[in-house]
Amino acid sequence: MTLIPLSHILIFSLLLFAIGVYGALVRRNIIGILISIELMLNAANVNLIAFSKYTSLAPETGQIFAFFVIALAACAAAVGLAIVLALYRIRKTVYTDEVHLLKW
Amino acid sequence: MEILNIAVKLGIYAVMGGILIFALGVVTLRSLFHCALCLAAALIGIAGLYVALQAEYLAGVQVLLYVGAVVTLVIFAVMLTEHLSGKTVRQNNSQSPLATLGLLGFVALLAAVIVKTPWPVTAEALKARVSVMGLGEALMGTYVFPFEVISIILIAALIGTVIIAKKDKAEGQS
Repeated sequence: MTLIPLSHILIFSLLLFAIGVYGALVRRNIIGILISIELMLNAANVNLIAFSKYTSLAPETGQIFAFFVIALAACAAAVGLAIVLALYRIRKTVYTDEVHLLKW
Repeated sequence: MEILNIAVKLGIYAVMGGILIFALGVVTLRSLFHCALCLAAALIGIAGLYVALQAEYLAGVQVLLYVGAVVTLVIFAVMLTEHLSGKTVRQNNSQSPLATLGLLGFVALLAAVIVKTPWPVTAEALKARVSVMGLGEALMGTYVFPFEVISIILIAALIGTVIIAKKDKAEGQS
């Protein structure tokens, strides 16, 4: 069985996470921000699986954590998109800089 | 046999590169629909990475839940709010240079830490294989309490989503 070094996978997931953070910081559209958050959660999942494969003494643990992360990400996406739809119906916008009711 | 190993490694690196390119597409493309399609491609690539790391069941769950459910949900939201997101509307705010600079520093710092740390890669962990049966036993044994908590969270999110997204009565009349 061939496996690439662990640090390469960690650097890959670091880059994926950084791309997700960039999207979450830069996007104006709320749906774009939600998509970027999904990217970040996936980067964390890749790390969990890699550690469970390479170093863990109880190899199920990392995969179980990844399951929980996937379930919570699905919840977050559903609730977030419901909020987007409610916001769109009330304020007729999906852009973050046009929603400044609570901004000083 | 040696050449097969090299081919597998090159394939894994190619999948990683493809995922990163699609991820860049997710955060830079103007049309949100194209972003959602790029996200689906990146998620399928990550499922392939799971297969390479011998987590086959998780790869199946990834395709079913992320590509099947979350991307569909995102595409529905994009379509329902579409006529706002025309081609001429600016999609990014003005924080792009600052964010790039900060993230480059972040990536450099963490990459240095990752390269320098001696990871405890053990031979017995590399040999171990996780079966679906083992996962089920762990979920029903050691992790039974988090499992119950996540089911409560799922039902709460389900009900909350319906209540948030449904039409108000007063608004419907006006």
